[in-house]
Amino acid sequence: MIRPHRAHPLWFAFLLHRLSGLGLALFLPLHFYMLSLAISAPARLDGFLRFTDLTIVKLAEYGLVFLLAAHLFGGLRLMALEFLPWSPHQKTMAALAVAFAFLVSTLFFLKAI
Amino acid sequence: MLDLRLYMLQRLTALVMAPLVIGHIAVMIYAVQGGLTVDEILARTQGSVAWFLFYGSFVVAVSIHGAIGLRVISFEWFGLKGRALQLFSWAVFALLFGLGAKAVYAVTFAGAGL
Amino acid sequence: MVNETQTMTQTMTVSIWRENGDDGRFEKYEVPARENQTVLDVVAYVQQHIDPTLSYRFACRVGMCGSCAMMVNGSPRWTCRTHVSKVVADDQLEVAPLRNLPVIKDLATDMDPFFEKWVAAEAVFHPSKTRHDPMAAITPDDPMRIAASEAIECINCAVCYAACDVVESNPDYFGPAALNRSWSLVNDIRDDGQDVRLAAVGSNGGCHNCHSQQGCVQYCPNELNPTLSIAGLKRETTKALFRRSR
Repeated sequence: MIRPHRAHPLWFAFLLHRLSGLGLALFLPLHFYMLSLAISAPARLDGFLRFTDLTIVKLAEYGLVFLLAAHLFGGLRLMALEFLPWSPHQKTMAALAVAFAFLVSTLFFLKAI
Repeated sequence: MLDLRLYMLQRLTALVMAPLVIGHIAVMIYAVQGGLTVDEILARTQGSVAWFLFYGSFVVAVSIHGAIGLRVISFEWFGLKGRALQLFSWAVFALLFGLGAKAVYAVTFAGAGL
Repeated sequence: MVNETQTMTQTMTVSIWRENGDDGRFEKYEVPARENQTVLDVVAYVQQHIDPTLSYRFACRVGMCGSCAMMVNGSPRWTCRTHVSKVVADDQLEVAPLRNLPVIKDLATDMDPFFEKWVAAEAVFHPSKTRHDPMAAITPDDPMRIAASEAIECINCAVCYAACDVVESNPDYFGPAALNRSWSLVNDIRDDGQDVRLAAVGSNGGCHNCHSQQGCVQYCPNELNPTLSIAGLKRETTKALFRRSR
């Protein structure tokens, strides 16, 4: 379903960066709200934190950490592209960004379960 | 629709957040082990100027960065323009900053807590 | 209409976009499936043997002028340099006018917006000397001249413009070709309009809208790199910002 002119790796790198940013932006208000319960309703927050012990939630957190790491490393790739001398290894940089994101988020997940 | 100013704000907040994100992920990997509790979080952050500065600057930066990012998405993908686009951008900033500041305050200097 | 060679040669179906006013749609034609033919050959065959009302552009037909640029199976290409055998899938070939430009008729697009943005991005030379001044001394190994030369071979075919998703979603965006030429002029020491140029490329439709998707790099038939040029413009506008605030 991807239009033919978009079927190349650096377009997918763009899409990952945009969707990860969008996902994080949608997640943040919930994240901030839950944390603010630390003062207004700490027992409720504790209950919620126990709920996050479920494996399915840990898998969701795995995904979120991946989005964060992908957005970070992808963003560093973009700023290197823009402010450092041009590298002919654009696809490699994009691949490395995804690879590091996987490494970091998998480390998180393995520590979490 | 991004001009030099918005672009620079986006890149500057990104640079500010790079070390903060790395730090945040490191804390997450450390703290998630053995499960999370409110006590565990507050023991770390309550009364701490350092964490207040860390997460405080994180919230300021992400509010700007997220608002500009969503501005671009809403324009390019949803065709939002003109006054509506302006209102939307500021609303996103206000929401992220308002909720974020409340969260930072809640885990650092919001009284004795429990 | 009957294709008289149908009984003698293999044929294939080509879908060509037809538009005259508001009624745009694909129409299918049966054309001979020759071993060596380009998409331009196919389009020319349809116009010459099947439907003379088909409108399309070409000039050199040898990959130098860029006039024959069209969307081929969804990708922007020079049709004279696109072998049918390389792009045909399941015996299907789809030819449409270049994306992101208004259609005049059938496969011919209106290039005015493309060139208007060229001017708006200050991708035009601003002279600084008269014939009475000595010539500028520019050596071929000067880094700025090398940078300018690397970006200079653009022949305004608009393939990159058609490939760019930011052009699609942002009507004000100048696009890769205009910004690429602007960058080559930033590196031209004879040009006197750098302040005006940086203001233009730092404006609402300028270089800061580029998301580095690099579709332009992927599709430029002259192997130019507008993303690199736009990154250069981003650096120059940033430097100018800090120079101003000094």
